[in-house]
Amino acid sequence: MQGDSHVSSAEAHEQAAVESAIERFGQQPGPLLVVLHGVQDALGYIPPTGIPRIAAALNLSRAEVHGVVTFYHYFRTHPPGRHVVQVCRAEACQARGGAALEAHAKARLGIDFHETTADGATTLEAVYCLGNCATGPAVRIDGRLHSAVTPARFDALVAGQEAK
Amino acid sequence: MATRIYVPKDATALSLGADEVAAAIAAAASSHTLVRNGSRGMLWLEPLVEVETPAGRVGYGPVAAGDVPGVLAAIANEGAHPLCIGLVEEHPYLKSQQRLTFARVGVVDPASVSDYLAHGGYEGLQKALAMAPAEVVKTVTDSGLRGRGGAAFPTGIKWKTVHDQLAPQKYVTCNADEGDSGTFADRMLMEGDPLTLIEGMTIAAVAVGATQGYIYCRVEYPEAIAALRTAIAAANAAGYLGANLCGSGKQFDLDVRVAAGAYICGEETSMLESLEGKRGEVRVRPPLPAIKGLFGCPTVVNNVISLASVPVILAKGAEHYKNFGVGRSMGTLPLQLAGNLKRGGLVERAFGVTLRELLYDYGGGSVSGRPLKAVQVGGPLGAYVPVAHFDTPIDYEAFAAVGALVGHGGIVAFDDSADMAQLARYAFEFCAVESCGKCTPCRIGSTRGANVIDGMLAGDRPDEQRRLLDDLCETMIQGSLCGLGGMTPFPVQSALKHFPEDFAPRRRH
Ligand SMILES: Cc1cc2nc3c(=O)[nH]c(=O)nc-3n(C[C@H](O)[C@H](O)[C@H](O)COP(=O)(O)O)c2cc1C
Ligand code: SF4
Ligand code: FES
Repeated sequence: MQGDSHVSSAEAHEQAAVESAIERFGQQPGPLLVVLHGVQDALGYIPPTGIPRIAAALNLSRAEVHGVVTFYHYFRTHPPGRHVVQVCRAEACQARGGAALEAHAKARLGIDFHETTADGATTLEAVYCLGNCATGPAVRIDGRLHSAVTPARFDALVAGQEAK
Repeated sequence: MATRIYVPKDATALSLGADEVAAAIAAAASSHTLVRNGSRGMLWLEPLVEVETPAGRVGYGPVAAGDVPGVLAAIANEGAHPLCIGLVEEHPYLKSQQRLTFARVGVVDPASVSDYLAHGGYEGLQKALAMAPAEVVKTVTDSGLRGRGGAAFPTGIKWKTVHDQLAPQKYVTCNADEGDSGTFADRMLMEGDPLTLIEGMTIAAVAVGATQGYIYCRVEYPEAIAALRTAIAAANAAGYLGANLCGSGKQFDLDVRVAAGAYICGEETSMLESLEGKRGEVRVRPPLPAIKGLFGCPTVVNNVISLASVPVILAKGAEHYKNFGVGRSMGTLPLQLAGNLKRGGLVERAFGVTLRELLYDYGGGSVSGRPLKAVQVGGPLGAYVPVAHFDTPIDYEAFAAVGALVGHGGIVAFDDSADMAQLARYAFEFCAVESCGKCTPCRIGSTRGANVIDGMLAGDRPDEQRRLLDDLCETMIQGSLCGLGGMTPFPVQSALKHFPEDFAPRRRH
């Protein structure tokens, strides 16, 4: 986002998502993960500026909230690309060509795992089993699961998604 | 009457285009009732479309959206079609199975309580509500059911401990973190017949005196989470959950909690920490979760399949269940055939079926057409089993005798192109990524292990590296608080033992 007004509106949007998650889920027993999911569902990430507010609302220290956010692989503290591509690295997919797919995905996108392409289009993530182990290699793109993803099919799927 | 057509909503079926097939059927034929069922577990046939006929359900698979007009025409004319597999339940892959826990998966509409009731659902809970809680616990103990999450601890004994605690609040929690590669039985059951899990948890609650339950489901399973939430709402609406279960005056509320992508949170004490909203660090035992579990209260922690096996045990009796199986491995196990197999899927059989039968008779051998080299059973902490041990029966004790693990029943097959040294290296790498960080051997040793294997393969003092590797494995086994650090050496040591040639120094490209 370029201008200052964009920055502040983005921040207002973040704050609203944090407040909404606290209000909806803050009363549950042991609520921190539920609240963090609420924020990430709304924004795609957990804004570091939201951490003090979550801590205060749930009666926790900032260090505790930060410690939880960083412990779990799923939570992100930065906005992902417009598309999120998750490639399964686990054994059953390796048995069906997963390692070659992993290398291909990195080369095709020109990034490593947990990076986003320079144009902000695509974030590549490693996942360890999607429960789709009989028909791998498995990939999830923007929430949609795919089976038998060969390098050629990977290119087609990514191109199709980028066109959206 | 409108013909009922079934198109699975199982995640694997969706990944192969089931939604597109369902949409094509809906667009083409308004006179049909479309049901979104779970998968029968013949995953190479997905999307498997089924149509109800007077003789039974006839299947077509794998169907692509473009095949739909032809399939519908064949259904209308009762004509032949190249994708027709005939009566689904007569298919040898299914017919030879012993489906107790998975009896309704792929058969029923997972969102419908009335369909569940029409297929024997809630018979177990009705019986449990008519029994004293201690009797329910005894039935589960007598059935011989052992935990299907990995450790194979007798479920009834765990329940008895919780039952015997005097406490104002107790919990029943379901471990649906299913992080092991090569496993998807929990997912298939939650998507295809979630009410069986819900019923099993409700029976557990009645037995131990719990009023609140949580299903801790991994975030990688959005389809299962949605199916569970739909089924919980339906059970609540029908009076099978909530303040007055089936008019018994007993209460049981159930919620789904979503995990956040940490393998270690499948370890039960780590799962409890996570349910409390904390970092998933493993707790030191004692106290046992059954005594001081969630929020310090007595808590049942069981795997999805353990809990989902309870309804049939209550409905048909402990003896019925126990009569399946061998030795101390009683009942059935839903096995998951994964990796490099022609016919991957879910096979529920009594304990005692051999690896060879599973891999060749069901699995059809490798999909690549090359000979199989090894299988990893029981997830990333399970040993690699060489061809020489393929006659081992699925039995906790028989597997232990060959240094292997049954675990959650996932079987991952590799053909002869598999690089066992790289797989051993990956075991360390995975442990390094997923370690909770509490113990040094696990946290540091795992990264060190990967480096040592790199050194061996590079020919850098290989004998010395080998000694280092052996020591490191021993240190991890002895010095780790939980199975992640303590069992990561098993796949490594088994690869070294059975495939030493794969660890020979390699020339660099
Ligand atoms: C590292 C690690 C990961 C585990 N992951 C799972 C899991 O994903 N699902 C599961 O049910 N049990 C898992 N377990 C086993 C649990 O600790 C526990 O034994 C089980 O949930 C108890 O339920 P059961 O008796 O019904 O098997 C794991 C154990 C370890 C050490
Ligand atoms: S062995 Fe590893 S995962 Fe288990 S408690 Fe120790 S550091 Fe945590
Ligand atoms: S190992 Fe890749 S989906 Fe299970």
